[in-house]
Amino acid sequence: MPWGEFKDVAAERRLFQRRTMVMVFVVVVMLGLLVARMYHLQIVEHDVYTTLSDKNRVQVQSVAPPRGLVYDRNDELLAENRPVFGVTLVPERVDGMEETLAKLETLLDISEEDMERFQRRLREPRRPFQPLPLRYDLNEEEIASLAVHRHELPGVEVSAELVRYYPHSELTSHALGFVGRINREELQRIDPVNYAGTNYIGKSGIERFYEALLHGQVGYQHVETNARGRTLRVLERQNPVPGEDIQLHLDLRLQRLAHELLDGRRGAIVAIEPDTGGLLALASVPGFDTNQFVTGISVENYRALSTDIDKPLFNRALRGQYPPGSTLKPMLAVAALDSGATTRDKTIWDPGYFQLNTGGRRYRDWKRGGHGWVDLTDAVAQSCDIYFYEIAVEMGVDTMYDYLSRFGFGEDATLDVSGALSGLLPSRDWKRAVRNEPWYPGDSVNMGIGQGFMLATPLQLATATSLIANRGRWVEPRLLKSIKGDRSAEEFLPPGDHSPLELKNPDDWEFVVDAMAEVMHGTKGTARGAARGASYRMAGKTGTAQVFSLAEDEEYEEEDVRERLRDHALFVGFAPVDDPQIAVAIIVENGGGGSSTAAPVAREMFDAWLLGFPGEEKALVSGTESGGPE
Amino acid sequence: MMLGKGLHTSDHSLSGSRSPWSVFHIDPILLALLLLLIGGGLVVLYSGADRNIEVVKAQGIRMGVALVVMLVFAQLDPAVFRRWAPWLYLAGVVGLAAVLLVGVGAKGAQRWLAIPGLPRFQPSELMKLVVPMMTAWYLSRHFLPPTLSRVALAVVIVLVPMSMIILQPDLGTSLLVGAAGLFVVFFAGMSWRLIAAFAAMVSVAAPLMWFFVMRDYQKQRVLTLLDPQSDPLGAGWNIIQSKTAIGSGGLDGKGWLQGTQSHLEFLPESHTDFIVAVLAEEFGFIGMLVLMAVYLLIILRCLYIAAIAQDSFSRLLAGALTMTFFIYIFVNVGMVSGLLPVVGVPLPLISYGGTSSVTLMAAFGVLMSIHTHRRMISA
Repeated sequence: MPWGEFKDVAAERRLFQRRTMVMVFVVVVMLGLLVARMYHLQIVEHDVYTTLSDKNRVQVQSVAPPRGLVYDRNDELLAENRPVFGVTLVPERVDGMEETLAKLETLLDISEEDMERFQRRLREPRRPFQPLPLRYDLNEEEIASLAVHRHELPGVEVSAELVRYYPHSELTSHALGFVGRINREELQRIDPVNYAGTNYIGKSGIERFYEALLHGQVGYQHVETNARGRTLRVLERQNPVPGEDIQLHLDLRLQRLAHELLDGRRGAIVAIEPDTGGLLALASVPGFDTNQFVTGISVENYRALSTDIDKPLFNRALRGQYPPGSTLKPMLAVAALDSGATTRDKTIWDPGYFQLNTGGRRYRDWKRGGHGWVDLTDAVAQSCDIYFYEIAVEMGVDTMYDYLSRFGFGEDATLDVSGALSGLLPSRDWKRAVRNEPWYPGDSVNMGIGQGFMLATPLQLATATSLIANRGRWVEPRLLKSIKGDRSAEEFLPPGDHSPLELKNPDDWEFVVDAMAEVMHGTKGTARGAARGASYRMAGKTGTAQVFSLAEDEEYEEEDVRERLRDHALFVGFAPVDDPQIAVAIIVENGGGGSSTAAPVAREMFDAWLLGFPGEEKALVSGTESGGPE
Repeated sequence: MMLGKGLHTSDHSLSGSRSPWSVFHIDPILLALLLLLIGGGLVVLYSGADRNIEVVKAQGIRMGVALVVMLVFAQLDPAVFRRWAPWLYLAGVVGLAAVLLVGVGAKGAQRWLAIPGLPRFQPSELMKLVVPMMTAWYLSRHFLPPTLSRVALAVVIVLVPMSMIILQPDLGTSLLVGAAGLFVVFFAGMSWRLIAAFAAMVSVAAPLMWFFVMRDYQKQRVLTLLDPQSDPLGAGWNIIQSKTAIGSGGLDGKGWLQGTQSHLEFLPESHTDFIVAVLAEEFGFIGMLVLMAVYLLIILRCLYIAAIAQDSFSRLLAGALTMTFFIYIFVNVGMVSGLLPVVGVPLPLISYGGTSSVTLMAAFGVLMSIHTHRRMISA
């Protein structure tokens, strides 16, 4: 054991004692420093701090930044801020919370929910002297009566705050999303300093996705208040930095038209500018009034919305997952040509049914007697199921999966559309994992006409369609067009990561586009009625999806059930064929056939976009009428 | 129990008269000072916690537990600490590694180990005792002052657990653990030239860190600490409010329970890390002088115990533990009064909260043990 051996114990002790004396010196000096600091604060600057503390309290208040505005592509305001008056209480200054609340209840109409929310916040930890909101949206009369009783209610203030307002509420509810009061969960996530004065946060859609951009930077002010806490004057102010104003690709006119076209029905219309990927319209009908969500919707109203049989809260454009039906055929045609499963000239005999092997199950064509001899162009134009059954079996699931995934199916390919679902692109592995079954050839047959397991959202169908319009060039769908400040949209748009879909023979794109043009303009095209008399050429594909999702225990009126069991009508297309300006995907729930219900809707969208909006024309006409002589 | 080896009675203790104090290995002077501090602390806490008697009760119970822990530590012979130092150190480092790998925690920091069947504990808290023990064990095995290479290795012994605690992240604790270890090296007689070189190194490294290593947000945080007015809504808030509370206290304070700043909830954390602001507001400069005097007396008594300890290990350990206690005081009061950046260091034996109180009292137990287990021979 080395301790104590050959050590100069006395020398070590002396060394330690010298060091201890140094430390005693250090301790005394440093404690002296603390005492000096206290002396400075408590004796020298005592008056300064007494002033701060007692006579006139100086307070730091946060100043919330105004939220950035949202415009459509034509500078039409979609989301703005308007002042709303509310009543707030500063608990530290209220003499007797119970009595004050009781008094306020006689002056104002305070709902039970508001009162509960206030009591809850009162119990939660918070920054001292922060006003707690009790009720919003006071009317003139209430403001006046509070002013009269102001002296009896210390700590009670009427405060104005800027609140989000959506002037085209129902039209933009699903495309824009909305803001709402910050909830407890969000409180954990946000920067407490920057949100010190903010009560609202983006809850969905663009408001949520670009929250960081729209919110801005908090400001603050030092205010002098009297002993009762009323603000006397502002001593120093650091202005907040307002959120950035942003412009979307959305066109309110087109959005409105989409809503009008679907009015009274349920469905979705997605329109994309193929060149930029900009979403021109993103309509889900019916919509709802987003403004009532901003300051907090009442339980009653919310229940009415959420139990509505038409599901107005459901965003069909982004989250509605439907079997794509025959609208998948152009994409499958591209896949079949490029993979060699068929050729442009190959013809098959369609007797009205298809069998995997003789005597097996008969997969029917939608046309009872069959189409006779058909080639690929005919198969697209007339939507021949048998042709696609054959090429689907020829390709097999792996090839179909490969191509369809490159069209963006099975994923959320959007850049800034929050909440978009990815649909379901089935594969061998998927079926093994989820159903614990192998992939049967019959599954491929179903997939060949967009039925079976496959599910796609209207947004995905529009994306895939604009990929065809772009002849394989990928431009991911996006909403943000520009930022009104000096920052570029690219800075905030997530980058797209899809490589272009390059075909072995690039001419195959034109071939499939021509086949889609035949749908509209050919003598046997399924949507020729919708294209009649057009001054431009368009490309499209109709589709009909069977409804089999109604749960058995759902109780509806019998008529409703009958209506809700009808097929969904689908359409995808773009126009003009040679210089695509717009690509659309349309679904009309329980609308029946795609050619009769959905295609005419697309025609109106195309006409409006390429030739001018009907509303504007009418305004022009009525203007001349009223202005001209009788 | 293996530690039982040290639980022998004072057959060969310094005092022949076997006073009741020496039977229980208690230093009455230190005990009196500590009880004065704890009692006063509870009085201030009652005010700081806004007259919440439950908070005071809970703290009282913790302090009772801490006193028992102190007594238990006082019974162990210093030789036991010395013998066990390397093993405790090893266990502590393993514990810290476990915290980093599987630890649980809150607010983005991992500090606790949750072993089924045992109460949650923070290995980092234990290291405040173990690191100085280990460093003292290592350095006292050889002649003092230590050679350069021994100093280097001692620094490594300190830096390993310290950096592991920084990673949790827990800046306050790592600071205290690091200080505890480095004080041992200082007391061991590390040459002044080396200390100067070390200081020079730090003063060169700091700007280099600033320009080449630190991210913008980290710089921002440091700037805020230096100038709280630049972030009045965030980190600066506490400092502005606590300075106002302290300054408005004046010479003799506003009186017990009369502090407007703390009671109007201007002052956050008024019963934990910022409790000294309550004391300064209510008892004024005089109250602060009394507090500082009590702290100074405790430190002087402890350094005296260290100075007359019989072997190098005991001396180094006693000196380092005392100085760690001092660092607590300096950092806490310095931070609350706006001299130092805000790091989470409680005011020793007064702030609400149990863990650090227990560790501190354990350290005083060690000091008492060192004082009461001296052998007759070398007197």
